[in-house]
Amino acid sequence: MSKTNDLKAGSNLEKVFASGAFVVTGECGPPKSADGTVIAEKAKLLKGYVDAVNITDNQTAVVRICSMVCAHTVQDNGVEAIMQMTCRDRNRLAIQADILGAATLGIKNILCLTGDHLSFGNHPEAKGVHDLDAITLIRMFKDMRDEKKFQCGDDMAVEPRLFIGCAENPFADPFELRALRLKKKIEAGADFMQTQCIFNIPKFKKWMEEVRALGVHQEIKILAGITPIKGAGMAKYMQKFVPGMDVPQEIVDRIAGKEKGEPQQAEGKKLAVEMIKELAEVEGVAGVHIMAVEWEPAVPEIVEAAGLLPRPVVN
Amino acid sequence: MITAERKPLDEILALLGDAKKVLVAGCETCVAVCLSGGEKEAEILASELRIKAKEDKRKLTCEHTSAIRQCEWEYLDLIAEKVGEYDVVLSMACGIGIQSMAEKFAPKLVLPAVNTNMLGMPQEHAVWLERCAACGDCVLGETAGVCPVVRCSKSLMNGPCGGSHDGMCEVTTPEKEEIECAWGLIWELLKAQGREELMFVERPPKDWSKSSSGGPRKMVREEAKPV
Repeated sequence: MSKTNDLKAGSNLEKVFASGAFVVTGECGPPKSADGTVIAEKAKLLKGYVDAVNITDNQTAVVRICSMVCAHTVQDNGVEAIMQMTCRDRNRLAIQADILGAATLGIKNILCLTGDHLSFGNHPEAKGVHDLDAITLIRMFKDMRDEKKFQCGDDMAVEPRLFIGCAENPFADPFELRALRLKKKIEAGADFMQTQCIFNIPKFKKWMEEVRALGVHQEIKILAGITPIKGAGMAKYMQKFVPGMDVPQEIVDRIAGKEKGEPQQAEGKKLAVEMIKELAEVEGVAGVHIMAVEWEPAVPEIVEAAGLLPRPVVN
Repeated sequence: MITAERKPLDEILALLGDAKKVLVAGCETCVAVCLSGGEKEAEILASELRIKAKEDKRKLTCEHTSAIRQCEWEYLDLIAEKVGEYDVVLSMACGIGIQSMAEKFAPKLVLPAVNTNMLGMPQEHAVWLERCAACGDCVLGETAGVCPVVRCSKSLMNGPCGGSHDGMCEVTTPEKEEIECAWGLIWELLKAQGREELMFVERPPKDWSKSSSGGPRKMVREEAKPV
């Protein structure tokens, strides 16, 4: 294991990666109201079952409590946060101001995203910012951390210590660009990445082959995205309507083959566990990112059934 | 070219209020080519307004005129006398022409009859597509002639996001029409040109101060000024 002073941010997530253990991250969406207890409750559910939890940033372009405050709330409740940051709602000034603020709150993991387009959300008439894109966002954070420089080139006295994450969708097109795009993000400064929800395992494995061929799996920690399916309706919805999702028909049929309600939920969890075990065997996969959309209570059971407990304690 | 669409008649009527003498002014350049505000469209709108006034039993004097270009002072001189005869000018030019009229004939009330919407090109007859954001810092030389600023829904400068599927963007137009993924197009063209490496260049944050973020822009060509 690396010494603490070799670490970029010294976050729990970074240390678990450094320990060589198989990493587990989760995800929480902040509520669409000023009720902060919701996120605290979600954190309590996940405590001890994940190494860190993503806090989404107005996901699907719908207004929610901001990711910085919710990241702080989950950390107050004993779970380390991965604060998501998109380029859709803030320009480079607001993003840098927020990241300095987040650092003072003890937030160390940051996930850099372009952001879902405004047209998918509840304020489609808003002005999309897109001053930066995911790659320039990664580079800006890296320069803040490693060079103590703002994006404009000005110096700062105390840098934010950040463990910088990115996302990649192995199922988007052009497929031949996807591994190369990960390489571009690594060169910009990404330390870890989380994939889009994986349902098409053969295609994910093909993408990983390309990633390994480029050798970049040794330069970044890759977390494979898992979404437990709560029912056949959800599977069909994701298959048809969620941009960038690749849900093979046999997955939909497998869930639909069970009775609605508890039997379909049980099958969804079983499938998630099987997928985690299969993905853990793929060379270059350093862990899993479990995105249980509004189904956080399923996470502890899945993590346990996948044999991933107890979570490592690192110093 | 600059494209515009005529505003709905009800909106135009609301703008005009109880105006008694209205001149509808067309423009013979971009808005004429996109069939929204040329002399023909000005003539049609003037007659629609007269018919509507007759139906409503209102007194209205409404004629039309047209300028070769409403955005140039010398062409406005040619219609100045006619403009002087009316209380209100309803301009069918783009936003540039409307403002030129408003400035030239101030304080006369000049109202817009169209919504100016983009810098586009006619893809086929009666179909226009946006092609330029006038961002002041052209990257088409690196992107195989496809503008990511305006043709990528998120103005990405470093390649496609995760919402690109079968060459199409995850976003559709407000009319639910599909949009080609700009970075998908750029990639195919760069490959065909043998310039794939341009896809992997890390482009720094764009300098938006050269676009409208820097405030209203002014261009001066000193060498072209009269001596």
